Amino acid sequence: MRPLLLESFTATSCIGLGIAQTFESLLAQRSGLKNCKFETVDIDTYIGEVPGVDSVRVPEELSQFDCRNNRLAELALKQDGFLETVQRAASRWDRKRIGVFIGTSTAGILQTELAYRERDLITGALPASFEYSATHNSFSVADYLRQRLHLEGPAVVVSCACASSAKVFGSARRMIEAGLIDAALVGGVDSLCLTTLYGFHSLQLSSPAPCRPFDVARDGISIGEAAAFALLERPSEQLDSDDILLLGVGESSDAYHMSAPHPEGHGARRAMQAALRTAGLDPAAIDYINLHGTGTPSNDRSESHAVTSVFGPTTPSSSTKGATGHTLGAAGALEAVISAIALRNGFMPGGVHTTQIDPTLTTYYIRENRYSSVSHVLSNSFGFGGTNCSLIFGRAG
Amino acid sequence: MLSAYVGGIGVLGPGLANWQETATVLSGGVVYSPARTLLPTPTLLPPAERRRTGRVVKLALAVALEASSRANVNPAQLASVFSSSGGDGHNCHELCQALALDAREVSPTRFSNSVHNAPAGYWSIATGAKLESNVLCAFDASFCAGLLEAMTQVAVDGGSLLLVAYDTEYPEPIHSKRPIPDAFGAALVLTPQRNPESVARIDVTLDHEPADTMSNPVLESLRLSIPAARCLPLLRQLARREAGRTVLEYLDVSRVAVNVEPCV
Repeated sequence: MRPLLLESFTATSCIGLGIAQTFESLLAQRSGLKNCKFETVDIDTYIGEVPGVDSVRVPEELSQFDCRNNRLAELALKQDGFLETVQRAASRWDRKRIGVFIGTSTAGILQTELAYRERDLITGALPASFEYSATHNSFSVADYLRQRLHLEGPAVVVSCACASSAKVFGSARRMIEAGLIDAALVGGVDSLCLTTLYGFHSLQLSSPAPCRPFDVARDGISIGEAAAFALLERPSEQLDSDDILLLGVGESSDAYHMSAPHPEGHGARRAMQAALRTAGLDPAAIDYINLHGTGTPSNDRSESHAVTSVFGPTTPSSSTKGATGHTLGAAGALEAVISAIALRNGFMPGGVHTTQIDPTLTTYYIRENRYSSVSHVLSNSFGFGGTNCSLIFGRAG
Repeated sequence: MLSAYVGGIGVLGPGLANWQETATVLSGGVVYSPARTLLPTPTLLPPAERRRTGRVVKLALAVALEASSRANVNPAQLASVFSSSGGDGHNCHELCQALALDAREVSPTRFSNSVHNAPAGYWSIATGAKLESNVLCAFDASFCAGLLEAMTQVAVDGGSLLLVAYDTEYPEPIHSKRPIPDAFGAALVLTPQRNPESVARIDVTLDHEPADTMSNPVLESLRLSIPAARCLPLLRQLARREAGRTVLEYLDVSRVAVNVEPCV
């Protein structure tokens, strides 16, 4: 594939609003996971809640979009001058040739969950104030962003569970390469809601403690929320050496089970191999792997098999979900931005909360931060339904 | 311009049991008489999985299977793009209802099935399809969003692909907020090169002309009331087996124009 430039990027999660705070937390190996006190949720678990989302206001002319998910999107847009960067791009390019590709798993379903508590006692109707299309529908977040930023190109939500916002890079890449658009706003936005908190709990996949990816005693995920964006363009002739490029995208399906990964990680392996193939890189060129690393016994075992089968046991790897929690549909984009931070700063984030690495997992899992030049990073995202996506990012020089 | 060959078509909707029946209706051979959409049991799935699937999975699998059979391809060899404006409305209602009660007893199966990519996951399990599969939503524009994604995949990556667009209804109380009346799905197998099964070549561009409508008011009401049925003008053009151009509704003032050139 032809490389694409990440003209600008930003991320907002429980470890920070914007790049500077996120980097600072990663450097300090600080986790944002806290005991769950979200809404009326009564589950013994830890979550990665972004502070201050409730007080964010969406612009008045877009008030129908008001919900936690779009407030989180709005909060993230305001960091790192990202909103202004997109607006500048929109004046530079034809607005009709800037696409919007956003990953989410649950969008603003929290609004519907709350509305179901306020059903009319006699008719059962939802409250008149409930806005289906602008909050509940998966597309709502992409629609909010395109209207907020006045972008008029193709717009879509990719909703492939926890691989959603990794896969948006693939869709945007194809549309740019096909010549339909010149630039793309890509990203992921997923916010806390009862469906995922109670749902993962019902599957016994959420941990009562902060998640410990690749730990011998790992016992599940910690759910988080995040919004992360990047503006993708074709690179110009002159690049700065610390410009970040999208070099490879690999996608595959497990064809195995709805809610469990292939035990040997065959689907994950094919996604990583496809990413290397599209990037034209050998496994040895990858300096650091940002793992999917959710912290469930089966995911980490499956991913470890897959990573070792492609890279052997010596490529430094870690999951940043011990810090951020598993931000579900936003995880791919959040970890793409973390990969970009790693590349730009010559830094590999050590996995936090993991105290004793599972000796049966052969992947080289790092717990301490490393400081050395990083040229290529591979980032993994896998989801329910057996959907897999691996991305490769690199420095321009 | 994005080009591909349509190798096989699957359709299931109110009074439309398959592509053959739909083509006869759309080419004016018989009068359209709507009836509730009948969804077949997904015999493709192992019995344990079959029991867990809702209407949206049955619909998507039925049209996907019809399209790949008509294209005479092994579905395991196809990448896929699934696009739906909503997903499984009944499952969503049950989850929201359970979460509104004090006990908050969520069924793990319902939760697993709540992901928007559930039909794609079941399709991949049923057929052994291990290539990339993308699952999209663009509200009322979901058919064209899927078509654009599918056409760019064929054009850029050069493989054959299955496009599946489908929508089912929500029960009350969400139904009042999103009044989709019934289930409708359509699937197309798209290939980069012409082969003996090719029905037509399609060329797709973004456009701003007014969208085509259906002259039969009942079909027009179907087109407008179920987002996946926004593809009806394209299906009509394919059914007529005549060269021509059709313009489909997309986002706001954006349209998708499809030039159809039958393979004879």
